Amino acid sequence: MQERIAELRAAGEAAVAAATTTDELEELRVAHLGRKAELPNLLRDVSKLEPAERGIVGKAANQARQALQAAIDARVAELKASELDAQLIADRVDITLPGKAEPVGGLHLLTRVRRDIEDIFLGLGFDIVEGPETETVHYNFDALNHAENHPARDRADTFYLAPSPHLDGDVQRLLRTHTSPMQVRHMERAEPPVAIVVPGRVYRPDSDATHTPQFHQVEGLWIDTDTTLADLKGVLLSFARAIFGPDREIRLRPHFFPFTEPSVEIDVSCHLCGGTGTLKDRSRCPLCKGTGWIEILGSGMVDPNVLAAVGRPEFDPEKVQGFAFGMGIERIAMLRYGLSDLRPLYENDVRLLEQYA
Amino acid sequence: MRVPIRWLGEYVALDGRDATEVAARLNVTGTELDRLVHHGVETPEKIVVGRVLTCEPHPDADRLRVTTVDIGAEEPSQIVCGAPNVAAGQTVGVATVGAVMPGGMKIKKAKLRGQASVGMICSARELGIGEEHDGILALETVLPGAADVAPGTPLTDVLAHADDVLDLEITPNRPDCLGLYGIAREVAAATGASLRPAPWTAAGAAEQGSTAEEGEDAAAVDPRGEAIDGFSLEVTTTRCPRFTLRLFQDVVVGPSPLWIQARLSAAGQRPINNVVDITNYVMLVTGQPLHAFDADRVAGGSLTIREAVDGEQLETLDGTTRTLKAGELVIDDADGPTSLAAVMGGARSEVHEGTTRVLLEVASWDGPTIHRTAHRLDLFSEAASRNAKGLAPEQVDWAQALASRLLRETVGATRVGGTLSAGTWNSAVVQPPLAVRESRVERLLGTAVSRPRQTELLDALGFGVTDAEPDAPAGTGTLQVVVPAERRADVTREVDLIEEIARLGVVADLEPTLPTRRRAAAARLTPAQRARRRVEDVLVGRGLQEVVGWSFTDAGAAGRLELPEGDPRAAAVVLDNPLSEDQAVLRPSMLVSLLDIARHNRTRGVDDLRIFETGTVFRDAPDPVRADMPYEHLAVAALVQDDVFAAKGLLEALLGALRIDDWALHATDEVQFLHPGRAARITVGAGDDAPTIGLLGEVHPRVADRWDLPRVATFLIDLDRLLPLVPDARTFRPVGAFPDARFDLAVLVADDVTAAKVVAVARKAGGALLEDVRVFDSYRGKGVPEGQVSLALHVRLRAADRTLTDEEIGGAREQIVAALAEQVGGVLRG
Repeated sequence: MQERIAELRAAGEAAVAAATTTDELEELRVAHLGRKAELPNLLRDVSKLEPAERGIVGKAANQARQALQAAIDARVAELKASELDAQLIADRVDITLPGKAEPVGGLHLLTRVRRDIEDIFLGLGFDIVEGPETETVHYNFDALNHAENHPARDRADTFYLAPSPHLDGDVQRLLRTHTSPMQVRHMERAEPPVAIVVPGRVYRPDSDATHTPQFHQVEGLWIDTDTTLADLKGVLLSFARAIFGPDREIRLRPHFFPFTEPSVEIDVSCHLCGGTGTLKDRSRCPLCKGTGWIEILGSGMVDPNVLAAVGRPEFDPEKVQGFAFGMGIERIAMLRYGLSDLRPLYENDVRLLEQYA
Repeated sequence: MRVPIRWLGEYVALDGRDATEVAARLNVTGTELDRLVHHGVETPEKIVVGRVLTCEPHPDADRLRVTTVDIGAEEPSQIVCGAPNVAAGQTVGVATVGAVMPGGMKIKKAKLRGQASVGMICSARELGIGEEHDGILALETVLPGAADVAPGTPLTDVLAHADDVLDLEITPNRPDCLGLYGIAREVAAATGASLRPAPWTAAGAAEQGSTAEEGEDAAAVDPRGEAIDGFSLEVTTTRCPRFTLRLFQDVVVGPSPLWIQARLSAAGQRPINNVVDITNYVMLVTGQPLHAFDADRVAGGSLTIREAVDGEQLETLDGTTRTLKAGELVIDDADGPTSLAAVMGGARSEVHEGTTRVLLEVASWDGPTIHRTAHRLDLFSEAASRNAKGLAPEQVDWAQALASRLLRETVGATRVGGTLSAGTWNSAVVQPPLAVRESRVERLLGTAVSRPRQTELLDALGFGVTDAEPDAPAGTGTLQVVVPAERRADVTREVDLIEEIARLGVVADLEPTLPTRRRAAAARLTPAQRARRRVEDVLVGRGLQEVVGWSFTDAGAAGRLELPEGDPRAAAVVLDNPLSEDQAVLRPSMLVSLLDIARHNRTRGVDDLRIFETGTVFRDAPDPVRADMPYEHLAVAALVQDDVFAAKGLLEALLGALRIDDWALHATDEVQFLHPGRAARITVGAGDDAPTIGLLGEVHPRVADRWDLPRVATFLIDLDRLLPLVPDARTFRPVGAFPDARFDLAVLVADDVTAAKVVAVARKAGGALLEDVRVFDSYRGKGVPEGQVSLALHVRLRAADRTLTDEEIGGAREQIVAALAEQVGGVLRG
């Protein structure tokens, strides 16, 4: 009996070693270890043997069966590995062929710059509010301390809306010429201290390479009991460095705006020539025109008349004070991305937009 | 404002500071330089005095002459000259070889019709000192003693003809800087240079080597009184605070002296005649406009300043008949209107060649009134724009004094009588001084400025400063400040004086600080702002390019969208003063700008367009928040060159990303610009009255065709309605540790049963175990009876606390099948 077991085991092992495919091995498994195979049947019949032989034969048969199973498993693993190798070779592709096309979208440059500006001012402690694009003369000019004969009110500088039979009230309506109306609108409903920036679309009847009849601004307003011109400088210096680089300096240049007093324009040291006015090749810097400075925005301390126009004791100009500023998003975009003409931004040729996306 | 630097130097000691240096200081103290220009010959050192020795006709050219000119060299120069008035013996200005003339022409050695020519004899215009260009400028006609000047002398030594000119941008609050003396004061304050006495004072006249006679010192009252024989004056409006007249006789109208012409030319004013030139010259120095009447053409010798009657007409100096409005100002003489006051004189009383008596008007006006008139008639002359600022009545005296002296000195005129005056202005009323608290200066600027320093800065600008308590400790004192007349309109409050202190003494080296945010809430985007960014980012992530379109469109846009006239969406907000017909109204729908942009890109060969925009749209209807203003709201719209399901896929992605679950589509064929069979309203919320937040659909082929577009699909969403519905936070529910059970069903239903209805029925029937049910296929055709559709549903069941048994799964399936049969007539297939 034991000889027979040894024979079966040897024959099985030889056949397994000779097998060349996993299918063949499956056939061998059925032939040698399946229900009808001899070896398992030997094991099944062990109980019929003499008690003395049972242990010996059973053990041998079991060992033979396990050995054969192990041999098959090992051979299967071996063959699978080489079959996979062969498959991988057959699957080889030209990896330089194009990938599956995925459409690539992008934000418009103006949105990207607006978000950058918003994020910088969020970091400096400003909230973000937005306001209407159609406005009244009151919020756009009167409450902002524009004299009755201030040229910005002229029809050459402001889009007025035609009278409408559908609207109540005898007010003169316009498209806001700046985001500044939100200064007073916000103070009418908020409590001091106030720290806001107001991004949004504004309108003026201008049309050339650097002026479009619609453009975008970001207004800033900070009102508290002790906000100073030095604070304005600190905030705008931080902003300028965030946008134009850590080495930038700013300069306050006195100016006039009806709604701030004192008023200053802010120049940032030129990021192209490093503020020297001269490029490496010793030519005059084309961006700052050799001056080393670039005007980026207008600002100042909020005029007491603007605070008074709010008409609330909380904004009594003897008690609270602060600064305001307004910048053009297009202007920042032009300076940062080297645009010389604004009009393509509104033509929206996607091939151009994608370059900035 | 053009400021010739040499002329400026007459009023402030520049001490060698050149135009660039002066401009740089002005630039950082509040007077911005628009540009620095050079007036006249570019190379003044190349222009010398010459004497014409010989002058012969050109042998081969009738109009040319061949001259020899002594220009101080060893040999005379031969110069070919085309001027008819050139003659031997003249003293002339010669542009020598190498000179660069105004406009850039360079003088070279040349041959003209065979004759050598080494230089050019100059006309007044070529030298930039006047208008004359019919012949060369013979210096002896304009310059006493010219015949004695040695040839070869630089012309600049005897005649100021070229200058650097600062073109300054004067801010609207500083009409005092619309006069050269005002600029001089700024320069003095900004640079520390010393200001010379004003030219309208006795000291100023002396400074210029002249003597002020009676009435020529504005610091003193005219000793000749307030009457002029034969002339009368009346002001019947409060809009003219002060009107004055002086009379001059023995006037001979002719060209001005060359120095006046040169200065006017450099300042950008065309010389006209000696009388008009003086009015312009004095205006440029004082900032105060003047007007000269021919005294003998002022009918009745009487002038009345009054408000116009609505509709009355007047012929102005330029020959145009103007129709006036009530409240505008006119000047009458005995024959009626003669001038549009402060804006433009009348033709009838204009100074002309034969004028011998001049009546000189200097007046101050209500600025806004003049501004309105000038603006309405588009007549912003140098005079009108200054008068529109509302100048100080005191400036009237400056102009009368200086003009009187110049008329006497350069025209030889004699003044007759005193100064006729009228108007509401009362010189006796003195403005009280303004107080400047030292503490306030520091509180506003963030840096301390001592009272002595404040005093020094204000003093340089002409303010009268008194320190009432010089011993008050630092930080506690107060200055009392008297505002000079020319600054009275601009400086009316403490803060205005603090601005003066700041711009001259503080801003240049202010140390930056940062304000403290005292609100105990972190600065961050609002939920709506975050949601808007999410909207944009989701669409970008789906491969859409954001665009920024025009808020403007033309009045026909609503019609091109096929919106009938009464449709609320067709009611566009109309601009009163549009730039063009293409931009005459505000866009009533974002679709307009998206279609425009799509067409723009299609015509440039871009295919497979996928774009979106967020922005404001407008409607001529009351805004829900501001009833007196047009309705405007924030919208997002997408446009893809594809079918409605492409747009719907984007919409699903968008609303899914915003975590809005309870939205639904309601098919509609009532949106004129959308395909009637492929369009829907989008609602959010439960129930039939859930608010519509937008539209989805394929653009109507007729509309798309109008924009030269193939099939495009769109969705348009009102973000003002949608964003507030976006949940800011959401509680998570566990995914469940137990496996789900899935099965598919194919149901035949009638054609008009929507997929949404089938899903809703299945969801309800599935009960608590149903986790998800969705349609994954819709089939019509072979095997499906006509009028029916086969919908394939994918159903997923799950329980949180157990593995579902076969019985539970089978039960749910049966419930769903039964409900479909009962409620939508669904028949299970296969």
